[in-house]
Amino acid sequence: MSLAGRDDDPDRLYTLTGGRSRPSRDCFDLVTLVVGEAEPAQGMQSEHAAILRMTRRPVAVVEIAADLRLPVSIAKILLSDMLDAGWISVRHPQSALGVAQLPDHTTLEKVLVGLRDL
Amino acid sequence: MDSAISEVLPASRTPLSQTADNGLKIVIVGGFGVGKTTMVRSVSDIRPLNTEETMTQAGQHLDDLRAVPYKSSTTVAFDFGRISLDTHTVLYLFGAPGQERFWFLWDRLFTGTLGAIVLVDDRRLADSWYAIDRLEHHRTPFIVARNDFGGKPHSLTEVRDALDLEPQVPLIDCDVRSRASSKQVLIALVEHLQNLMTARENTV
Repeated sequence: MSLAGRDDDPDRLYTLTGGRSRPSRDCFDLVTLVVGEAEPAQGMQSEHAAILRMTRRPVAVVEIAADLRLPVSIAKILLSDMLDAGWISVRHPQSALGVAQLPDHTTLEKVLVGLRDL
Repeated sequence: MDSAISEVLPASRTPLSQTADNGLKIVIVGGFGVGKTTMVRSVSDIRPLNTEETMTQAGQHLDDLRAVPYKSSTTVAFDFGRISLDTHTVLYLFGAPGQERFWFLWDRLFTGTLGAIVLVDDRRLADSWYAIDRLEHHRTPFIVARNDFGGKPHSLTEVRDALDLEPQVPLIDCDVRSRASSKQVLIALVEHLQNLMTARENTV
């Protein structure tokens, strides 16, 4: 069995998401971390099952898209459905910023300490 | 098509900590071949991954709709890697092509980024003009890092003039093939962010 991929024609991606081009909720950042809250089960859409297998540990939205070889926008639609179904939980970036805003000192200090330890 | 599902799963990739709960973003912008992916690879915990974003015009906020024919969709690919900074904080690094035609996507993709690194090639500085202009327009904090391609470089003053950089924007040299050098670029950006914050607090 193969997953729909980004090399596929648009019609197939359209089918994959039931014809939608936008998620039911717009709460997924590229770096929102996703954690599976259910086991893959028979009858699940194969992409949903694949996502549950890859989110036994936290994984960012952008990594899920890369691993599924799907455009980020399509991955977000799948994730949105799974969130609605209670199959995943999400951990949003704590310093969600506007483009013109700056993060807080604590966050920056953490980042610096982490980078210096690399 | 490759990939049965089992092959898609990142078995070999270092997983995040179970407690990871805060994803941060830094964007590396630059022209083709300037070393964005090399830099990501130098510091990332994982081999750089590639994905893409597709954007259709309908319902999106664009600065200039004239650039996009009605109902067209545009696809842009980007590389990324990540660094686990501690058990809670994960820094994602995105390499983004700086060409003009992609910017309406970045506006959406990279909202909320900590800041940007503009990676430049001494011989092709003009490739960076548009990216710098755009970052300034959006007031996204950034620094400029000149990647070492050998040869006889211009002085940093000449580069600063050619890019028409504001005096407060840091401009540094780097060799993105080096982990230590790439790490220094990231540190320089974060220190710049701290300085900006301190300056802002002092003016309020």
